[in-house]
Amino acid sequence: MNYFQLFQLPEKFDLDLTELGSRYLRLQKQFHPDQHAAGSERDKLLAVQHTANINDAYHSLKQPLLRAEHLLALRGLKISQEQRSFTDPAFLMQQMELREQLADIEHSDDADAVIVNIEQLLQQQKKQLQQQLATALDAVSHEQDQLAAELIRKLKFFYKLEQELELIEQQLQD
Amino acid sequence: MALLQIAEPGQSAAPHQHKLAAGIDLGTTNSLVATVRSGEANTLKNTEGRDMLPSVVRYSAEGVTVGDAAMQAADNDAENTIVSVKRLMGKGYSETLALNDKVPYRLVDQQGLVAIDTALGVKNPVEVSAEILATLANTASETLGGELNGVVITVPAYFDDAQRQATKDAAKLAGLTVLRLLNEPTAAALAYGLDSGQEGVIAVYDLGGGTFDISILRLRRGVFEVLATGGDSALGGDDFDHALVSWMQQQAGVSNLSHQQMRQYLTLARSVKEQLSATDTVNFSLPGTQQQAELSRAEFNQLISPLVKKTSRACRQVLRDAGLTAADIATVVMVGGSTRVPLVRSEVAAFFGSEPLTSIDPDKVVALGAAIQANVLVGNKAEADTLLLDVIPLSLGLETMGGLTEKIIPRNTVIPVARAQEFTTFKDGQTAMALHVVQGERELVENCRSLARFELRGIPPMPAGGAHIRVTFQVDADGLLSVSAQEKSTGVQANIQVKPSYGLSDDQVADMLKGSMQYARQDMQQRLLREQQVEAERVLEAVGQALKADAALLSAAEFANIEQALAQLAKIKQGDDTAAIKAAIEHTNTLTDDFAARRMDQSIRQALKGHNVDEV
Repeated sequence: MNYFQLFQLPEKFDLDLTELGSRYLRLQKQFHPDQHAAGSERDKLLAVQHTANINDAYHSLKQPLLRAEHLLALRGLKISQEQRSFTDPAFLMQQMELREQLADIEHSDDADAVIVNIEQLLQQQKKQLQQQLATALDAVSHEQDQLAAELIRKLKFFYKLEQELELIEQQLQD
Repeated sequence: MALLQIAEPGQSAAPHQHKLAAGIDLGTTNSLVATVRSGEANTLKNTEGRDMLPSVVRYSAEGVTVGDAAMQAADNDAENTIVSVKRLMGKGYSETLALNDKVPYRLVDQQGLVAIDTALGVKNPVEVSAEILATLANTASETLGGELNGVVITVPAYFDDAQRQATKDAAKLAGLTVLRLLNEPTAAALAYGLDSGQEGVIAVYDLGGGTFDISILRLRRGVFEVLATGGDSALGGDDFDHALVSWMQQQAGVSNLSHQQMRQYLTLARSVKEQLSATDTVNFSLPGTQQQAELSRAEFNQLISPLVKKTSRACRQVLRDAGLTAADIATVVMVGGSTRVPLVRSEVAAFFGSEPLTSIDPDKVVALGAAIQANVLVGNKAEADTLLLDVIPLSLGLETMGGLTEKIIPRNTVIPVARAQEFTTFKDGQTAMALHVVQGERELVENCRSLARFELRGIPPMPAGGAHIRVTFQVDADGLLSVSAQEKSTGVQANIQVKPSYGLSDDQVADMLKGSMQYARQDMQQRLLREQQVEAERVLEAVGQALKADAALLSAAEFANIEQALAQLAKIKQGDDTAAIKAAIEHTNTLTDDFAARRMDQSIRQALKGHNVDEV
């Protein structure tokens, strides 16, 4: 299913999120099961299926990473379920260093400051990769799509680090 | 006499028929029913002039009594008087062992599920709840002068799949049509939101008799969006009472209480708790002793403080889930009788940094919100101007190797939702596969709630890894899970056998229906016939309206075919052949599948055309 088509939005990475949100709500108002609660069993079932699709589409387009994956999938490049190992040693080295920094947080004197520092670093890296990703996806060529897939894989590492950082922050708070 | 009737496409020219709908708050301690009349939601009073029905059912040799009458007998016949049954909904017997010495009645094992042994035999929580629902529905029918077309029943947002399903089963057993299971906090927000036109992010703090919910919602232009929800499905005012009883036992120097003494202590504890909301100290005599005791509010606060602190922790978690801080919350709404306790109010005010809203009676606000939604869902408003976007409260996952869970649908995902997962066979010629679905946030399966075990059968025999089975988990707007499976390469629909871990199978519900007192006299066949007739009416109305609105989407031949099918369905509906009506409905549905798809495409185009961003 083409999620861009569902919302009748141009098929590109750079998406107007406000417009997406407004279209999402308009479709929800039309198809939500609440609009069909007094309808026939078939209508109710269809309403659940349609809304589940609309929700899934919105969820996938809203997040940059999922949006990029969906774009690539539409171009015939599926990466969401693949298991591939990395071949970029510099990148892996950087990841290992970041991981060590996360592990050291609990032993540091000013944990909050360290967390803020790492957070900023992650944000910065993410932003950079996302910009590269946008450019690669805009090119619509086979090579650039391959590059985009590589960038998505890298971004996933950063999202994961971000989650772990959040977890550490929570544990410190509790 | 009107010579000409002009109707907008899609709208029926017939005068608008007002349908009877009610909202039901099925509470741990008290239950209420409310309805919208002349645009205003009100709770309905029973013949004794009371709108709060104690959620108490007594099974004595003389028969079943519900509400106040049952409650009055509670002290003398505690073993046959079921209170706080909501805590037992959707629970396994082994899960409720800890409750056994807290409740004055006898819990027994009914095929793994918890049930209660009474003078009228073993009753399960679904049956007990059905009695409460039937009583409320009766109050509504009598007041409104007709059978209810449908009801909205509220459940704690934190209820898992088994607890929701049990609630829906109870409604079915009571003979009610459920329009929607609505989360209690959402209902409360609905009651407040429509009344005062709130905008912004609100928190609903709902501390009832047995459950605690905290939900964060965003309200804007009629859209209620649940951002996150959390809480504790086994924490409430009852626990305050039990904490007080423990303290009283210490004072009285008694360690073991009979069921009847327990009842007396609980009644006393509740009364002391309520008095302490208004006064600083309470004097009372301890049941079964000559001793007097005195308790101050400060001492009481100390007793319940750990419980109230537990709610603050849940508030912190839910804010985190929503990606917000306490400062982002514009309004805090208080729901549930236990929010009358001064310590609760002061803790909530301190946590969110603002005085919580209490202008609508915290005992009634949920029922009122449910009534508002019931009125919309039953079709009394031409077009619903509100949209509720609710979420799944607990993650759904599957058991994988080594007893670990793999999350399929994370908590706080907007519902309805469908997610598919692919599985492959690991043996040559394998034709069956077992799946274990759990609900919860923990890594280990044993720490999550087991929902159901599924067995996929009829997988076409292939070499190991050859068959790819796509299993789809769907959660509907009531928060209920259904599962379907398909083998991808052959398209064979795998047969799924569901074994709910803590629920009743469809057959068990049907058996209970047959066996229940309510339908003993009523012919089961009649009931099934009536159900099919109602469904036929719905199909006739829906397709009829679709034909009026979108005839342009059909060729002349298609149009004629559908009209013919409708005429036939209308004719068969008059008869008493249940199977024939069912077949005619299915025939109509198949015949209109394409039409429905075309209408869907057209509505998408229309919905996305000619609006600007601000209008939504």
